Amino acid sequence: MESSVPCAATVSDGIAAAGLPAMRPRRRLRGLTLLALVLALLPLGFVNDYVADVAVLIALNAIVCVGLNLLIGYAGQISLGHAGFFGLGAYGSALLATHAGVPPLAALLAATALVGVLAALVGGPILRLKGHYLAMATLGLGIIVSIVITTEDRLTGGPDGMAVPPLTIAGFVVQGERAWYWILAGCLLAAVWLAQNLIASPTGRALRALHTSEVAAELAGVDSARHKLIVFVISALFAAFAGGLAAFHAGFVTPAKASFLHSIELVTMVVFGGMASTFGAVVGAAVLTLLPQLLTALKDYEMVVFGALLMATMIFFPRGIVPTLSALWQRWRR
Amino acid sequence: MNFRLAAGKLVRAGAIAAAVALPVTSWSADEPLRVGAFLSVTGPAAFLGDPEQKTLEMLVERINATGGVAGRKLQLFVYDDAGDAEKARTFTKRLLEQDKVDFLVGGSTTGATMAAIPLAEQSGTPFISLAGAVGIVEPVRKWVFKTPHTDRMACERIFTDMRERKLTKLALISGTGGFDKSMRAECLKVVGKYGIEIVADESYGAADTDMTAQLTKIKATPGVQAVLNAGFGQGPAIVTRNYRQLGLTPALYQSHGVASKEFVRLSGDAAEGVRLPAPALLVAELLADNDPQKPVVVAYKRDYEARYKSEVSAFGGYAYDGLMLAVDALRRAGSADRARLRDALEGTRGYVGTSGVVNMSNTDHMGLDLSAFRILEVRGGNWVIIR
Amino acid sequence: MGSQALQFLAAGLTSGSIYALVALGFSIVFLASRVINFAQGEFVMIGGMAASSLVSVGMPLAAAMAIAVAIAAAVGLVLEKLAIERASRADVTTLVIITIGASMLLRGIAQIVWGKGIRSLPPISGEQPIAIGGATILPQSLWVLGTTIAIVAALSWFFGRTRLGRAMLATAHNRLAAQLVGIDVKLVLFASFGLAAALGAVAGMLIAPIGFTSYDTGVMLGLKGFAAAILGGIGNFHGAIFGGLLLGLLESLGAGFVSSAYKDAIAFVVLLGVLFVRPDGILGALRSDRV
Repeated sequence: MESSVPCAATVSDGIAAAGLPAMRPRRRLRGLTLLALVLALLPLGFVNDYVADVAVLIALNAIVCVGLNLLIGYAGQISLGHAGFFGLGAYGSALLATHAGVPPLAALLAATALVGVLAALVGGPILRLKGHYLAMATLGLGIIVSIVITTEDRLTGGPDGMAVPPLTIAGFVVQGERAWYWILAGCLLAAVWLAQNLIASPTGRALRALHTSEVAAELAGVDSARHKLIVFVISALFAAFAGGLAAFHAGFVTPAKASFLHSIELVTMVVFGGMASTFGAVVGAAVLTLLPQLLTALKDYEMVVFGALLMATMIFFPRGIVPTLSALWQRWRR
Repeated sequence: MNFRLAAGKLVRAGAIAAAVALPVTSWSADEPLRVGAFLSVTGPAAFLGDPEQKTLEMLVERINATGGVAGRKLQLFVYDDAGDAEKARTFTKRLLEQDKVDFLVGGSTTGATMAAIPLAEQSGTPFISLAGAVGIVEPVRKWVFKTPHTDRMACERIFTDMRERKLTKLALISGTGGFDKSMRAECLKVVGKYGIEIVADESYGAADTDMTAQLTKIKATPGVQAVLNAGFGQGPAIVTRNYRQLGLTPALYQSHGVASKEFVRLSGDAAEGVRLPAPALLVAELLADNDPQKPVVVAYKRDYEARYKSEVSAFGGYAYDGLMLAVDALRRAGSADRARLRDALEGTRGYVGTSGVVNMSNTDHMGLDLSAFRILEVRGGNWVIIR
Repeated sequence: MGSQALQFLAAGLTSGSIYALVALGFSIVFLASRVINFAQGEFVMIGGMAASSLVSVGMPLAAAMAIAVAIAAAVGLVLEKLAIERASRADVTTLVIITIGASMLLRGIAQIVWGKGIRSLPPISGEQPIAIGGATILPQSLWVLGTTIAIVAALSWFFGRTRLGRAMLATAHNRLAAQLVGIDVKLVLFASFGLAAALGAVAGMLIAPIGFTSYDTGVMLGLKGFAAAILGGIGNFHGAIFGGLLLGLLESLGAGFVSSAYKDAIAFVVLLGVLFVRPDGILGALRSDRV
């Protein structure tokens, strides 16, 4: 009867009805260990630097998606402007390292922190909106960021972007795809661990209650505004950090990183992989970053096939890949 | 085991060992030459990348059909970066690491080119860029070359023409894309040399459908004698039509970004009297018979239009020159060794291409001068050469 | 100064009407299903491209336009039947991602069928600008405005007087109740996609003579139509029209009086400001919150 019940304008009613999972500590550790194992063994398949590069890109997207999933999947707040935070983190790091002469690592951390502050300031008013209005507001914010970056070309280099100096950690220049891979693998593990801890924490429980019914949760004493803001800022921090790393990794940054198309890509990855599933976010990022690389042989047909695959997957795996597969696995075990 | 079997095995083992141990020369006749290309075939720069891809595919087929380059066939690897510099970087890595190409031709946009340059330099691979910004070859980088005229040259060509017509007060209108902004910046830099003053500077979005607001502001600016629209795509066509709609009279200049018949077709009657700098390719038939470029451009135009049933554009010409320069250099070098190819490219003298006559040197990795750019005017829906 | 302002007004109303038509398409689908159809922009593109290619093989403009609308409506109906209906029991967010996939699919097909070039359409009644009070206005602009008004009137009649129209409104208000009184909500959803696609196609054909069209013009127009729909209040027809016109005017007046480089940013800043003050859009929206 789900489809014929009048729905509220908030997101993910289906998941709310099913109840959000909070993994028990043992299961969390198992998942994390499995991820660590995969990340450790993956470099065995790096036949050349290009493959390593793709792995690095997947990890970068995965970090953003893990944060975004906290916002969309658990807190039920849709953001169509997260590429804005990503872009601000990227440009912030680049500008601090280039124009202000700040050492790269410090620039990365400072830029991330600044974006967090910005998110805290902006989040308050924005999160009072609901559903599609929130979506549009975040979309609008992302676009404003993108326009400012593109137009202030004396500072940012405009649409062609600007070069970024290499990242140095404790005096060592981070060079080569494999070095980057290990750094990002570590960051991704940390991100997943943080996300899981947040979900299991009182804030996480409050979020799940909010998600099911905001009014009921508030009646029970949950301060919805504060918790939503916390998650919003955390997801912004994840995105900005990944953005900064991406800028140092590529050696340059362009406004396309903050574009609304990139925001849509990120949301697609989260939903595709499975909302309210941290590992779903990782899987979604992996598949949708890898797919364009695999489809290049199709040339003109690439967009058609990509779109068709996306549609087919969401039609047959409506809750996203990981939750659907996990449900199938549970049924098969019985 | 009898003697003959053992001897046979020994001989075979020895042959294999010899084949493996012998250094693989870079000119083994069976190995194809690998050409790597990353182009903006889709996305906002599609009308740059699409003719570029078509041109490369057509040329590679033709070269292979007539025996290849000194007996070696060409193998083309093309990827579409959709105008995104980050994708261009990943595809360049793929071309260098996975497809192991011998040289790169590509980078339809400046952003894509700049993303690929560090990779080309680090791996020591000759890279012929198809993008416009002067910053690609200035400062000169060891492995990076380019075929199109720089945007600075386009500005200078236009300003030379303006000076001839005694026009000194210029209004600029440009889009928010990389090409537009880069050309605008270059024009602002060289404007002083020609005694020209910028009296207005408007901009529009790449996907906008109406520029009357910006043009109205220009119309209201006193003393405007000429208007320059630095842009490409559909924007300039809309600007041109709005220009006539509002009854603006100052001379209208477009950039080489719209050097194609498509612009004239889209603008319709409004294009009458518009001037722009363009390579000889666009007016192939109008060239004097003794013009060295004539046979090259006429042949390319005829082949392209016959095969793809659409008009040539300057951008396809950039790709033509890019590949043919490399082929010419390969023939002279007699080797696909990257360093020798690079040196041969730098030593290109008097090569006649669609964009002009190319003379490279170790301080000039583009090789064209201002004379390669003609000023064309639209009359009666066709191009006319002004100078 | 007065004639300048008039020129900006004309430009703003023209592009605003296009945004309004696209916004109407968003609202109609939203009303029937709570889904934001990200492929709406592609319907606009299909209308312009189909009409353009039909005209280029010799068909007269009127026939080409009628057939293009039919093609777009058919695409909308097929999309609903094959994709949306199959996934009807899924989350709203999942459905939105399906429409995102659909928009890529349609763009990819358009790129193959019609190529990557830019196309235009002949204007309905010529290109001779009309001088009104110091401003010059293209006849096509008047067609855009007039057609939008006519469509709004037609939709009012449709939703107020016809059975299907009233059924759609009823479903939007309370889906369960509509089903209980015997309304076929599946048919309502089906029809809404067809209608939204037709509206989008009309917008595409009206703007193609002025602003051209190519396989990816749907992306930006879809975005602006969505913004307009939200600005006016999603699901509210008068809101869609109002939001569209307001957005067009903000862009044009922003470009004219403030800064042409920042005109889009100005429009979005105003949009955000409006949303903070009136979180349901200017004219309010159809909302029922589940507690």
